[in-house]
Amino acid sequence: MRLADDERAMLDGEQGEAVAAAMDLLVRYGEVLGAERLVDTDNVCGANLFGSRHSLVCGSPTPDGAFSEHSLDAPRELVIPPVKAQSHQLIGPMDTKHWRVQGLPQDEHDEIMASEQYNAEHGIHLLNTCTPYQVGNVPLKGEHCAWMESSAVVYVNSVLGARTNVEGRESTGAAMLTGKIPYWGLHLEENRRGSHLVEVTTPVVTNRDWGLLGYWIGEQVPEEAIPVVDGIERTPDLVRLKHFGAAAASSGGVEMYHVPGITAEARTREEAFAGRAPVEHLRYGPAQRSEAYEHLTATASDTSVDLVMIGCPHATLGQVRDVVRLLEGRRVHPDSELWVFTPRALRHIAEQNGYARALEDAGALLMSDTCPAIGQFLPKGTRVIATDSAKQVHYLPAIMNVHGWFGTLEECVDAAVTGTWRGERP
Amino acid sequence: MSDSFVLAGRGLVGGVAEGEALVTREAISGWGGVEPRKGRVIESRHELVGQSFAGKVLVFKGAKGSSGWSGMFHMSRLMGSAPAAMVFTTMNTKIALGVVVTHVPAITDLDGDPFELIHTGDWVCVDADRGLLTVTPQGGNGAGSSSRRGQAQGSMVDSDAAAQGRALAEELER
Repeated sequence: MRLADDERAMLDGEQGEAVAAAMDLLVRYGEVLGAERLVDTDNVCGANLFGSRHSLVCGSPTPDGAFSEHSLDAPRELVIPPVKAQSHQLIGPMDTKHWRVQGLPQDEHDEIMASEQYNAEHGIHLLNTCTPYQVGNVPLKGEHCAWMESSAVVYVNSVLGARTNVEGRESTGAAMLTGKIPYWGLHLEENRRGSHLVEVTTPVVTNRDWGLLGYWIGEQVPEEAIPVVDGIERTPDLVRLKHFGAAAASSGGVEMYHVPGITAEARTREEAFAGRAPVEHLRYGPAQRSEAYEHLTATASDTSVDLVMIGCPHATLGQVRDVVRLLEGRRVHPDSELWVFTPRALRHIAEQNGYARALEDAGALLMSDTCPAIGQFLPKGTRVIATDSAKQVHYLPAIMNVHGWFGTLEECVDAAVTGTWRGERP
Repeated sequence: MSDSFVLAGRGLVGGVAEGEALVTREAISGWGGVEPRKGRVIESRHELVGQSFAGKVLVFKGAKGSSGWSGMFHMSRLMGSAPAAMVFTTMNTKIALGVVVTHVPAITDLDGDPFELIHTGDWVCVDADRGLLTVTPQGGNGAGSSSRRGQAQGSMVDSDAAAQGRALAEELER
C-alpha cells in the first residue's frame, strides 16, 4: 500500500506510539484488502464502551489497556491521545438511566460509566445509538466516512450517498486517531453502481413490508451485491428505509442499495446501473414475501409473549409517538413487558414531550443507549419476544436463546397489551 | 493414509498452522452469529449451528452481517477459542479486519475450489507466509484422491505434504 508523507510519519511514530499503532493496524488491514492507499476521513462512528466483558479478557483492565487491545489491536497498553477525526460512539451495552432494569450490578454500571467518561475525555461524541443519522451526524453525499454498525452504513451509503464500508471496532478506533481509512470498496465511485435488479411486483408500503423485502433481498444476493429495488410505487420514509437496510444487512451483507427515484445516487434505474446490465434479475412477489416471513419467524410457535421490543434500529420520535398513541387507554399485560429503544438525545426530547411518562403510565418503558441484542439482556424468564424489526428478530433468538415473532407495530403493541401474539401472516 | 495435495493462494496474515478442517460454503455472521467463549456458530439457520471452530481450520465463504465481526473474532482470540487458521473465498472489509485482529494464518484466492476439494475433518496445513494450503483428506482411498487436485499448481504428493509445499513455493518464487 502506498502511504502519503503524513501517513508515513504517523507510522514512524512522529505523533506518538498510539497513533503509530493505529496506522500499523490500518496498513495491515489495507494490505489484506488490497487497497492501494488510504483516504482522509473526518467522520468516524465506532464502539468503544467497555464493561467487564472486555476488560477481563485483555489482562490490562485500564481504559487505555482496553482501548489499546480492543480498539487498536495494539501489542501492548499505550497512552491514548484525544481523537483526531470527528468521532462518535455508537450503541453500547448499557442504558445509563434504566440499567437496573437490565439486571446490571453496580460495579458493572460504574465500569461502563468510567468507560463513557474516558470516551468523552478523548473527544468521542456520546451519540450512543445505532442511528447517528437521526441525531446530528448526517454525512453529505460523497463524504468519506468510517462507520461501524451495518444498519447505519447501509443507510448513509444508500439514502444519503455518503461513502463508507462496513468498518469494525479496530478500524474505526484507528481512524479516530489518524483521520484515515483504507480507500477501498464503497469509497470508489466505480464500486457503487447497482449489480442485481430486484423487481417488486407486490405492494411494499408499511414498515413490515420493507422489513420483509430487505430480509429477502439479503438472503438472495451475494454479500458484495448492490441491489437495485425497482417497482416501488409509494415513496417510503426514514423509518421504512431504516428497517429495510437493517434487515438486508442482517440476513446478508448488503452495504448499499438503490431505489430509483428515491435514494441519493439513482435518479433512474439507468443511473443506478450506470449503463451496465444487471448480473441477475430477481422478482419479489407474494410468494417471496411469505418465504421471508417464514424464515424470520422460524423460531416462533408459543403465542405467549414475554417481551415486545420496539426500536431496532433505534426508534424515531414518530415511532415513539405511535406507540404512545396505540397504548392510549390500554395497559401492558402483567405477564408482558414493552420496551421502546431510542437514541439518548431523542429520549431527552421524548421526556420533554411527555412520551416517556405516557409509556411508563401504561406499563411500558422508554430506553436508550443500547438494545437487548447489543446489551444481551431480557426480562427475567423471557422465552418469547415480539418485535416490528426484522433485524432484531433475526439476532435475538440466536443471541439470547428465545423464540421470536415479527409483525406490525399495531400487532406488537397488541401482543404487549394482551400478552398473546395475534399477528397475521402477511 | 490418504494422499495429500496442495493449493496455492494469497497469504493474508502470516504464519503456519494446521488442524482439522471445518468447511461451510456459507458466510458466517460474527457478532450475533458466533459465541466467542467456545467459538461456536449460533446463527439459528446456519448449517454449522452448534459447531465450534476453536482450533480448527475454518474453510468458509467469508463474513456477513454485523460490523461486530472483527470484534467477535478478536474476542475469540482473547478467550482462546479462535480458529487455528482461516481459509475463505469472498473478500470484504469484515473478513479482512477479522483475520488481521484474530492473528491466525489466513489465505484466500486459492487456485482450486476449497469447497469441492476440502471436506470437514480433512487435515489442513495453512502456510500463509508462502500462500500454500496442504490438504490431507480424511479416509480417502488414496488412488481416488487424485480427483481432488487443485487446478494449476495443485500437484499430488504421496507423502510429506509439507515438503511438497516448500518445493512448490520455491517453484513459484522462480
